[in-house]
Amino acid sequence: MIAFFTENSSDILLKTWEHFYISIIALFLGVIFAIPLGIFLSKTKTIAKIVLAITSVFQTLPSLAILAIMIPFLGVGKVPAIVALFIYTLLPILNNTYIGLKSVNADLRKTGISMGMTPLQSIWMVELPLAIPVIMAGVRLSAVYVIAWATLASYIGAGGLGDFIFNGLNLYQTELIIGGAVLVTALALLTDFILSKVEIWTTPKGLKVEK
Amino acid sequence: MLSIQNLTKTYRGNKKAVDNLSIDIEQGEFIVFIGTSGSGKTTALRMINRMIEPTSGKIMMDGMDLSKMNPVQLRRQIGYVIQQIGLMPHMTIRENITLVPKLLKWDKQEKDKVAERLIGLVNLPTSYLDMYPAQLSGGQQQRIGVIRALAANQDIILMDEPFGALDPITRDTLQDLMKDLQVRLGKTVIFVTHDMDEAIKLADRICIMHEGKVVQFDTPDNILANPANDFVRDFIGSHRLIQNKPSVKIVDEVMIQPISITIEKSLDDALRLMVSKRVDTLFVTDADKRLIGYLNVDSFTGPQRTQQSINEVLQREVIYVKTGTKLQDSVRRILKRNLQNIPIVDNDHKLIGLITRANIVDTIYDTIWGDEEENKNALLVTREENVQ
Repeated sequence: MIAFFTENSSDILLKTWEHFYISIIALFLGVIFAIPLGIFLSKTKTIAKIVLAITSVFQTLPSLAILAIMIPFLGVGKVPAIVALFIYTLLPILNNTYIGLKSVNADLRKTGISMGMTPLQSIWMVELPLAIPVIMAGVRLSAVYVIAWATLASYIGAGGLGDFIFNGLNLYQTELIIGGAVLVTALALLTDFILSKVEIWTTPKGLKVEK
Repeated sequence: MLSIQNLTKTYRGNKKAVDNLSIDIEQGEFIVFIGTSGSGKTTALRMINRMIEPTSGKIMMDGMDLSKMNPVQLRRQIGYVIQQIGLMPHMTIRENITLVPKLLKWDKQEKDKVAERLIGLVNLPTSYLDMYPAQLSGGQQQRIGVIRALAANQDIILMDEPFGALDPITRDTLQDLMKDLQVRLGKTVIFVTHDMDEAIKLADRICIMHEGKVVQFDTPDNILANPANDFVRDFIGSHRLIQNKPSVKIVDEVMIQPISITIEKSLDDALRLMVSKRVDTLFVTDADKRLIGYLNVDSFTGPQRTQQSINEVLQREVIYVKTGTKLQDSVRRILKRNLQNIPIVDNDHKLIGLITRANIVDTIYDTIWGDEEENKNALLVTREENVQ
């Protein structure tokens, strides 16, 4: 095991970095796409049901299949991997943004409007700040999923820590498989930890004070 | 100021929440809408800031038709206080108070100034400005809710059962505060409640509503003296009717001269004065006789004994009534707050009199025995007549 880390040290850094940035780009795209969409959906009824149903269906598609389907359209490499992972980030973020905004106390929303907020000001000044803890929970969930699934991206030539695991499988070398898996887990835990800090930092102070 | 003309709101199923409501409200009036639940009072209130759009009829504000105004701009000109308080939990007290000024894009200095001025009006320290709503008690939160509705110099304040969720003592304090602010700042307040005591206490005019219609719209005294119909009579409750009570005394008629001391005197002086006048409460005023607070026996016991100035030991939270208050209202307050006495101030907040429990008993005694003596005389007369 130690031999795995010492022999592949430069490779490990490169693959971890690849794995990280494929995941983080997919997550970033998911955030900038799903949060505004979730906000929009929270203001509708029927459209929200339809869109959330469609994204739920996407979520159930086997990830390997999605990756394979990307090949005819986008070829192999990092781009199709990022697109596939992006699709997986959507549901948790979209769902949590929608629920987060929907669950903002109706009295507070009404108070804002009755004091003369425009609908956009109400979203920006009242609903979003209060929904941040729920939205951030969705982002953290997506982040952990994406880092785990990015392992499969190696299958369509995107690189990343999946390379170790697939090599290990092909060459019957368990230390490659275990080493790769440990690194993926560590990366997921680390990202979750960092995002938990981001969550604390973005949550408005007034929601954290003790009585 | 505000003229409501034939206002009607019909909901699905032809249910009329508000039915042909027409009233005129003057600048600086305290109007209370009162009725049972479902009487349409809240619906009527919400049509004023266009949170609900009327089915027909119109509301004119200073001669302008509300329906032709931009609702967002309109709402920024009208203060709004709700029972649920509705402070934004993620904003500091300062940000909450200055929410409308922020929407109106005031600069920071102006906002800070207004926040500091307003929080003083409701007797809370400025250090609260940087706290969050969750750190305040319900009563304190609603004080902030009230001044938030004043922050942008709104002339009209709408209040939807604002004190309904507070305990009786806090409610009483906030009612006094609100009435005082309204009079002092000359605001027009439209207040919804189902509590008749609250309505009588606060209102210049009460609008009694039932099934969407106005049953009676008049001053509290006129309503109590001449209820329009049985519904109003039931709603007021027989114990409040003043129909059969010939003389309604005001506090000025029965008050006694209070013993007071000016604030710059020493505690020794105060104690000596209390002993010589044989009183247990001493009112403290400034040089112009304005009421500041009071001293009582407690002020001289405990660790504070060593302090020498009145200023340090004085109780500043003093409950008072204004000149012209009905005696029954001051009695109600003495009982509700369990006070021994209650000072009376004039419009400049100068101390002019005092009502004590003893002196209320005197008044009651006078009323009862005064009457009975007349009755006795009357009896005597009839007997004499019989003899003849």
